[in-house]
Amino acid sequence: MKRRDFIAKSVSAGIVAGAAGSLGGIVNLATAAQAQKNWDLVAVRDGEPEVMFERAIASLGGMARYVKKGQKVVVKPNIGWDVVPERAGNTNPKLVGRIVKHCLDAGAAEVYVFDNTCDAWNLCYKNSGIEKAVKDAGGKIVPGNTENYYKPIIIPRGKRLKEAKVHELILNSDVFINVPVLKHHSSASLSLSMKNLMGVVWDRGYWHRNDLHQCIADFVSWRKPTLNIIDGYRVMMRNGPRGVSTADVVTMKQMIVSADIVAADAAAARIFGSKPEEIDHIRIAHEMKLGNMLLDQLTINRIKI
Amino acid sequence: MHRLSWLKAVRVAVSMLSFLSVGLIFIDLVQWIPVKIINAITWTQYAPSLISFFTSPGFAAAGFILFTILTLLLGRVYCSSVCPLGTFQDIIYRMGRRFFKQKPLKYSKPKNILRYTVLVAVIISFISGTSLLLSLLDPYSNFGRITGDIFRPAFQFVSNSLAAVLERQDIFWLARKDLKGIHTSSVVFASGFLFLVVIMSFSRGRLFCNTLCPVGALLSIFSRGSRLRIVLDKSSCNSCGQCSKVCKAQCIDIKSKEVDFTRCVACFNCLSACPSDGVLYSSRKSTPYISEDEKLQASSGKRRTILKAILLTTAFTSVKAFATRLKGGEKPTEIPEDKKLVATPPGSGSHEHFNLFCTACHLCVSACPTQVLQPSFLQYGLHGLMQPYMDYHSGFCNFECTLCAEICPADAIKIVKPEQKKRVQLGVAHFIEKNCVVYTDNTACGACSEHCPTKAVNMVPYKNGLTIPEVNDKICIGCGACEYACPTRPYRSIFVEGNAVHQLADEPVQEKIELQKTTEDFPF
Repeated sequence: MKRRDFIAKSVSAGIVAGAAGSLGGIVNLATAAQAQKNWDLVAVRDGEPEVMFERAIASLGGMARYVKKGQKVVVKPNIGWDVVPERAGNTNPKLVGRIVKHCLDAGAAEVYVFDNTCDAWNLCYKNSGIEKAVKDAGGKIVPGNTENYYKPIIIPRGKRLKEAKVHELILNSDVFINVPVLKHHSSASLSLSMKNLMGVVWDRGYWHRNDLHQCIADFVSWRKPTLNIIDGYRVMMRNGPRGVSTADVVTMKQMIVSADIVAADAAAARIFGSKPEEIDHIRIAHEMKLGNMLLDQLTINRIKI
Repeated sequence: MHRLSWLKAVRVAVSMLSFLSVGLIFIDLVQWIPVKIINAITWTQYAPSLISFFTSPGFAAAGFILFTILTLLLGRVYCSSVCPLGTFQDIIYRMGRRFFKQKPLKYSKPKNILRYTVLVAVIISFISGTSLLLSLLDPYSNFGRITGDIFRPAFQFVSNSLAAVLERQDIFWLARKDLKGIHTSSVVFASGFLFLVVIMSFSRGRLFCNTLCPVGALLSIFSRGSRLRIVLDKSSCNSCGQCSKVCKAQCIDIKSKEVDFTRCVACFNCLSACPSDGVLYSSRKSTPYISEDEKLQASSGKRRTILKAILLTTAFTSVKAFATRLKGGEKPTEIPEDKKLVATPPGSGSHEHFNLFCTACHLCVSACPTQVLQPSFLQYGLHGLMQPYMDYHSGFCNFECTLCAEICPADAIKIVKPEQKKRVQLGVAHFIEKNCVVYTDNTACGACSEHCPTKAVNMVPYKNGLTIPEVNDKICIGCGACEYACPTRPYRSIFVEGNAVHQLADEPVQEKIELQKTTEDFPF
């Protein structure tokens, strides 16, 4: 989302929030008229990962709306753990592969995929199935395992997180597509789009020591991904983020796509069965006006397959 | 040309192959060498093979039997053709002659008392329960430490630079790697030994092999019975001394036309050098072997001083390295981790087994994908000097991985099936609440629990809607993921206390998830 769009959206959100009951109805009607062209958020359910993605991106006007010819794209899935796709610790490899393909079809010069993993990076890349999916789709899988890939940045609006070291691909790419997997998380309650961005920085320990939820929100104030695609096909309901066995996993077949990172996380939290306002980093990000967690103020395209 | 001069060519070819392949498994930066190949390469190494025969006799451990038999037939061909440290010494020796105009060698008297005393001392100390002396002197383990601890970091540096260049061209097949925990002590030990062996071979060829090497001493005993041996044919030898000049073992006495075959490493240089077929490699008994009884050379005192100096330097530098590395933290934690025992790798069974059978070759250190295995200094006490330990500040044990056990040539780490390995308890996590971020700052953390593969570290309700770690020591396997991930400094809030004897952890209980009523609609 461009800054201009964001400001416009924030302002309209403010108007909606401020409007009295009767007025609210009128505003909602007004936004509904635009909705056909410009969804704030798309929710899809009951399909295979690739199919759900196809439907979602089509309803948003196709990948060409986000990726222009000759642009460099970085796709950031969750590849944090050395587990197989059935364990749902990482983003679904089929989904990642399909996203890469769509970016290339839209004319991307190069599509890069990486994560700063928790387990040994090469094992994660391999056993998640993502390395193969990316290569098969024609993308480039890139390591994020050493500090020299990460360059220092300043976060002017950060409250606790004022600086970080960010993977150079994030700095050098024109388009940034964030592809988290929806799962339970022992530190952050849920692992969603904003939490997934911890995988583009080097020193995560700092976040853990300095009010994790505030740091997660602070980082979003530095740069928001172009698009967030939340994989809710298989969902780890407990013991996250790593999981202990497939007994932790429920096949939900859901997907959320939005350029509003806070809205995407709020919708995914609802799917998980949580209240967005009870997930601290969602609430903080909303309060910092980094996005809108109030779903009833958004135009949502709901697709059942 | 001597009619047997081809033997030298064969020896050179085999030795280079062995030298390069053993070297390669220690510098396998991208870990592309399959385990089976690594096993085949280490199978040939005498000391680890002999040790593994004690723990798990079988074909996999039979390498030393083959070379014992070969020694009984051909003499110490192992020392010249298979031992990578031997080849390394040959290279140094040769460079000395070629580039530094070192004088040719001449016959020297054997140092039998010294070398057999070393052998007996190694055997006795091993039987009495410590492999320290063997670790210090075993040629394979020392070669491993030299390549793994000194050359591997150097190669990694070159590889990283190359990777950086390639990445600028958008090529990512060569990944960079941060070498964690390059330990001063292990570098100093390896360098000290390297220095010693370079000096010895530069000036005196295979002096090490016939003084300090326990494998050389053992094989020299077997070589006394060798069917084929190098002898000088007293009738055709014209005492030109060419053979003696090229004898790296300095065992050809041209005056008496005698060869001390127990010191001969079967390099066959003499065969190629002899202009008159005066050197024979035969089973002829015409020149019976006369064992030489020699006095112990007075040099052992000097040597001891050198060893002492090396130990002292190492001690000094390592103490320096031991000073806790502090990183700027907001509120430094105050309660030190009270770790009494470090953990040994999964499959090693117990400290006792591991300390006895490990010769500290550091092959597992080179191969470990998470770099959790690091060389120790005094973590095990003196008897476990340099043996690898689970350094949870460098990494943590990958839940699915059993690589160290698969490649350990001495079976100090025994093979465990992956399913079994996931329950081997190396140690147990201990939580220090007063260091924890949740306690000190009242903010969320849980890095430890995130990384825990069994959820033995679980987040339980605390104040203000926060959660705090709790350890279930029945299902904790001591992998160290929690300790590695814990962000507090200088002291971590959770650490693994090693088990002296590995235990079997309970399997994590997994109740089925009660599926919520699947609504047909969206919850928003």
